[in-house]
Amino acid sequence: MTRDRRIFVVGLVAALLVAVVVAQFASSDPDGLEYVAEQEGFLETAEDHALAGAPLADYGENVSDNSWLNTALAGTVGVLLTLAIGYGFFWVARRTNGNRPESSIP
Amino acid sequence: MHIPDGFINGATSAGFGVAAAGGVGAALRQTGKYLSDRQVPLAGLVAAFVFAAQMFNFPVISGMSGHLMGGVLAAVLIGPWAGFIVIAVVLLVQGIFFADGGLTALGLNIFNLGFIGALGGYAIYRMLLQALPKNENGVIIAAGLAAGISVPLAALGFVVQFAIGGTVDLSMGTVLTAMLGTHILIGIGEGLITAMVIGAVVRSRPDLVYGAPDYTGVRTEVLA
Repeated sequence: MTRDRRIFVVGLVAALLVAVVVAQFASSDPDGLEYVAEQEGFLETAEDHALAGAPLADYGENVSDNSWLNTALAGTVGVLLTLAIGYGFFWVARRTNGNRPESSIP
Repeated sequence: MHIPDGFINGATSAGFGVAAAGGVGAALRQTGKYLSDRQVPLAGLVAAFVFAAQMFNFPVISGMSGHLMGGVLAAVLIGPWAGFIVIAVVLLVQGIFFADGGLTALGLNIFNLGFIGALGGYAIYRMLLQALPKNENGVIIAAGLAAGISVPLAALGFVVQFAIGGTVDLSMGTVLTAMLGTHILIGIGEGLITAMVIGAVVRSRPDLVYGAPDYTGVRTEVLA
């Protein structure tokens, strides 16, 4: 395995571990903005999310009765989706103007 | 800190949406100047890792949690403009597939976490780096501090957006105080996580850290 491929595999395993295992221990308390919105009384101005019916809405909360499984599924799908879409964006970045051919790197 | 739809009016959201779209265009061009083909998968991986880390809400005070923004983390690893793209991609994925962060609010969120978090945070990182020891500890401390500072700054971004287009009439003073007070505390978590991850990478593969100067002078051109 090349050095590049090894670090990629290590990073991917780390991301999956965080999304599938560490995320199980996430606090379900509101985050800072939601907390402030509640305290200051503007939380009710939030509208329902336009895609609240998406299969993995709220990180798979409604997929099954098993919240461990829901988080694991949402985490795995999310990491792979973000990797794929991120790869796509950076692939495009490489090919937009301003780039230089790979061979010109000293 | 993901703004849902409804907090900020449509016109303001649209304005920040245009700014965010322009930012993504500029970020693609700027990133294309320095990213090599071999770095493309690793940059995608940084986005995946930031997505994962944002799933972990850590407890802050009773009844309130916080989670990583990741702008400084991504910017130090792969450069500020690539860090901006990471933030935009993560927010896009969260908004479309996980109903996290409003769709009309996407520009507002990209502004706070991308422009302020990644680009602004990286500028702070560079400044701190000048004042710290010229070694890997300096990189780790500068990254942690800049990440910590970037959180209340992003919260300030929300306060400005709320002042321009908030849908309820509130005293800006109290919103400002509440946002800064809570997000200074959340910034501690951001700083610790960022320092931990940058520390792990810079100690094993310093050549992979865009923001780490080559202090040893013997770094091999592994990326070229």
